[in-house]
Amino acid sequence: MSFDVAAIRREFPVLHQQVHGRDLVYLDNAATTQKPKAVIDAVSGYYAHDNANVHRGVHALSERATAAYEGARETLRALLNAASTREIVFVRGATEAINLVAASWGGANIRAGDEVLVTEMEHHSDIVPWQMLCERVGAVLKVLPIDARGELCMEQLDALLTERTKLVGVVHLSNALGTINPVAEIIARAHAVGAKVLVDGAQAVAHMRIDVQALDCDFYVTSAHKMYGPTGIGILYAKEALFEAMPPYQGGGDMIRMVTFEKTQYNELPYKFEAGTPNIAGAIGFAAAADWLSARDVDVLADHEQALLSYATERASAFGGLRLIGTAAKRATVLSFTMDGVHPHDLGTILDREGVAIRAGHHCAMPVMQHFGVPATARASFAAYNTRDEVDALFAALAVARDMFA
Amino acid sequence: MFDLRDLYQQVIVDHNKSPRNFGKLEHYNHEADGYNPLCGDKLHIYLDLDEQGRIADVSFEGEGCAISVASASLMTEAMKGRSMQEMQAMFEAFQQMVTADIAEAPDDDTLGKLAVLAGVREFPSRIKCATLCWHTLKAATEDSGKVVKTE
Repeated sequence: MSFDVAAIRREFPVLHQQVHGRDLVYLDNAATTQKPKAVIDAVSGYYAHDNANVHRGVHALSERATAAYEGARETLRALLNAASTREIVFVRGATEAINLVAASWGGANIRAGDEVLVTEMEHHSDIVPWQMLCERVGAVLKVLPIDARGELCMEQLDALLTERTKLVGVVHLSNALGTINPVAEIIARAHAVGAKVLVDGAQAVAHMRIDVQALDCDFYVTSAHKMYGPTGIGILYAKEALFEAMPPYQGGGDMIRMVTFEKTQYNELPYKFEAGTPNIAGAIGFAAAADWLSARDVDVLADHEQALLSYATERASAFGGLRLIGTAAKRATVLSFTMDGVHPHDLGTILDREGVAIRAGHHCAMPVMQHFGVPATARASFAAYNTRDEVDALFAALAVARDMFA
Repeated sequence: MFDLRDLYQQVIVDHNKSPRNFGKLEHYNHEADGYNPLCGDKLHIYLDLDEQGRIADVSFEGEGCAISVASASLMTEAMKGRSMQEMQAMFEAFQQMVTADIAEAPDDDTLGKLAVLAGVREFPSRIKCATLCWHTLKAATEDSGKVVKTE
């Protein structure tokens, strides 16, 4: 499939504007991606034509809304290659998905003295829910360290996995470092000691093909807004047998089959985990994003992004005074760095005035910052619509910052 | 149009590069921590009040962006020898300046050199960087023992 970045850019209305008198260069894609017209139209089209509540209505609009919502579930099942739509639960995002697993599966399966293993490069959303659970039940949170390049210390994994390890939480693609982790290998080794594995795919899905059956992961979570979809919607994938055995996370409408004051029968999967009116428009927009991604072939988009990342890495090395944070052999989309003598937040402000949007901060991964001994980093992250010229604009803006502080 | 140099004036760049009153005081009787979770800015203020309650000496340690370091540096310079009332008046004038409408001229009489930080009001996400040191200084005078947070 040929790749035409100009054609891709035309599909994203927000890109065509000026900020502070400069053409917008949007390089904050790891925070959230922009949305193609197909997604915007899917959401507004739903509200303009089909809006109704799902699952219980007998009228035409409700039937259309239900068909669109359940159609979205099937689209996302196909995107992750899950075995069944019973394994796809809509949630607010990856964060809620992890909280659901920690509260429901964790609450039922993790006891005092048990162990949860996460990696040092996890996002706070894959640390804090486990910390809360461990505190509640008296379990132990262990950490698989990273090395100086921002790769997992895989040689330490087997020593950290014990028969007490009940769950391993690992990020597929690190938002702070760009590292792509060897999740298949981690899953195989964790399964060997009987532990379940949750993969945080919040960053990954926009940048690589995902096959949850091939990975054999127990849980996979992601958010739509980091893969060209709307905010406030994401999915939790779990193997059906796990979902079957898990208690509900929230009680309410839609998650029940029958309610009396004595006893409630819960609904079948996946509805058991979807209490209340869901984010219907969000799910529809999410599916439109998945369709958009599939139609353009995520591998082709990833090749383009990889070329940008390589070029940006080259320019960073030649720039002088930049320190790259995260130089793993397998890396995608993220260029995280610090500049000598200029705090990342000053960089963020200066670049913004040059029209270049990046992120400056701890990227919700404070342990990563602690590991590298920096309070924060500046992070440029690439998406399918970014160009080589935009990489040049980034480095031109960095030169402005360097001169200002010289 | 608003120029970046209005924010990053040479005085600010200089104070960031070589902050004044940086390091622990040999003698101090008050101290406090400040933290800005957005930026990760961390600040520790050492304060020596004399018997009349005047600021005999004040210093700071920590790490942060240029705005936060320069603001702390300029503040400690301006605070030496001040009474609590004078400190309070400057704190209020400073807060007024960084949150005021762009058209409003800073109160130069009260603020003196500190007026170079007026530019931050054009950058809403950076105002807290400039005020962190002031909140921390105030906490030190009150010996609250709590870490001051900007959020």
